[in-house]
Amino acid sequence: MTTAYQDRPLAPPVIDPSTEHFWSAARDHLLKIRRCTACHKVHWYPRAVCPFCMGDTEWEEASGRGTVYSLTVTRRAGPIAYALAYVTLDEGVTLLTNIVDCDLDSVRIGDRVRVTFKQTGDGNAIPMFTPG
Amino acid sequence: MTIRRQACVVGAYEHPTRKAPDKTAAQLHAECARGALADAGLTLQDVDGYFCAGDAPGLGPLSMVDYLGLNVRHLDTTDTGGSAYLIHVSHAAQAIAAGKCNVALITLAGRPRTEASSGVGPRNVTAATPDVAWEMPYAPVTVNMYALAAARHMHEFGTTSEQLAWIKVAAAAHAQHNPHAMLRDVVTVEDVLASPMISDPLRKLDCCVVSDGGGALVVARPEIARSLKRPVVNILGAGETVKGQAGGHVDLTYSGAVVSGPAAFAEAGVTPRDIQYASIYDSFTITVLMQLEDLGFCPKGQGGRFVADGNLISGVGKLPFNTDGGGLCNNHPANRGGITKVIEAVRQLRGEAHPKVQVPDCRLALAQGTGGLLGSRHGSATLIMERV
Repeated sequence: MTTAYQDRPLAPPVIDPSTEHFWSAARDHLLKIRRCTACHKVHWYPRAVCPFCMGDTEWEEASGRGTVYSLTVTRRAGPIAYALAYVTLDEGVTLLTNIVDCDLDSVRIGDRVRVTFKQTGDGNAIPMFTPG
Repeated sequence: MTIRRQACVVGAYEHPTRKAPDKTAAQLHAECARGALADAGLTLQDVDGYFCAGDAPGLGPLSMVDYLGLNVRHLDTTDTGGSAYLIHVSHAAQAIAAGKCNVALITLAGRPRTEASSGVGPRNVTAATPDVAWEMPYAPVTVNMYALAAARHMHEFGTTSEQLAWIKVAAAAHAQHNPHAMLRDVVTVEDVLASPMISDPLRKLDCCVVSDGGGALVVARPEIARSLKRPVVNILGAGETVKGQAGGHVDLTYSGAVVSGPAAFAEAGVTPRDIQYASIYDSFTITVLMQLEDLGFCPKGQGGRFVADGNLISGVGKLPFNTDGGGLCNNHPANRGGITKVIEAVRQLRGEAHPKVQVPDCRLALAQGTGGLLGSRHGSATLIMERV
């Protein structure tokens, strides 16, 4: 079976003081993650206070490269099938995302992926991942 | 302090409705409360503690205590989704042991079927929920957040769709005897595999029903329980936790039952081998399989083999589960199945399950709840009860 990727309408992201920098970078097609200034560990999803040691955290650019940790093609939640996945970035954190721009049925756990960005209706961009 | 034998479940009631367009959620709560108190042989005036969670309309107990006409001196609104009501039983036992109340009422009710709220609809969350900004753009619903756990389990342990299907087969084998069950048809492994794929690898028959309804429980001091006419059901042990994404170190191979299960067994002083009946939260087939492993009924990764060939069917297998048909076939009121897990375990301990599914001389039962999303963050609660 093959399930070709199709764009679906994307809602504007939630932009507030804690996410503003992330979405601003995403508009420039940069993926940002946060690292603790005390214990130096990266975490996901981004927080102002480190979930490992409660230290302060700061933004840094991620490589945008990763590996599929798990994947499901959702076929019955709307008119367009989509692939929901967890991708483990090379930096070591695992994030929820979509796999796009490929035959969704061809993607396997363990596949290498790289970040790409999909436009929302309001000019923002959402980081997603594609094989390669 | 332990809750071991410090409190008893004296009343249990499951609302018979599965679709209630003509009733409000508050009314369903009240009808469940009335049913559970009547079952116990107690009255509204006997209640001095009240427990409810996010399904309670209005501002939780502030609205519901007034609506129900209660006079209480102890409240708890712990909300961990569908697992909350098992935690309420544990917290009620703690409150009774601490002298904070004598008779605790726990209610759940809702109308997701009437309101068309299902597992493929958007999650009901607000923008202030801290994970929302990072996850909602990717369209997590409910089913796909369980499918991610199923897919990883298959990848790591070789679990198959056929093995998952056996969980539904067992639930349906039980539901045929429950006149209130939404789905009463017996199904085969082949039927499950032939049902439409919703979100790989979960098919339609791997998913629970969406039903209106509710349930209520009454927990009381042992002296009160002994004064009533019903069989005495002691609370022996309980455990609770929340499992999340660990700051981005996601591991989908286990559930929060790895924490709540051992805590409950330790407090109860029993082992999984001692359990004669288990209510296991069955939002999806994979939910059951992972909880069985994490509770220690089989080694991690061998859940598929454990559930196969009817091992969960009463009278056939070693661990009879969800003899009311569970969420997969019977009822999943308010999209929160925790209370029905306790209710069927109480029926089994009292010898009041349907004769076709009753476990002979059932003296020790377990109820396990998972609420939220197996694939991201969920509450887990384990409860062990005995019949005196």
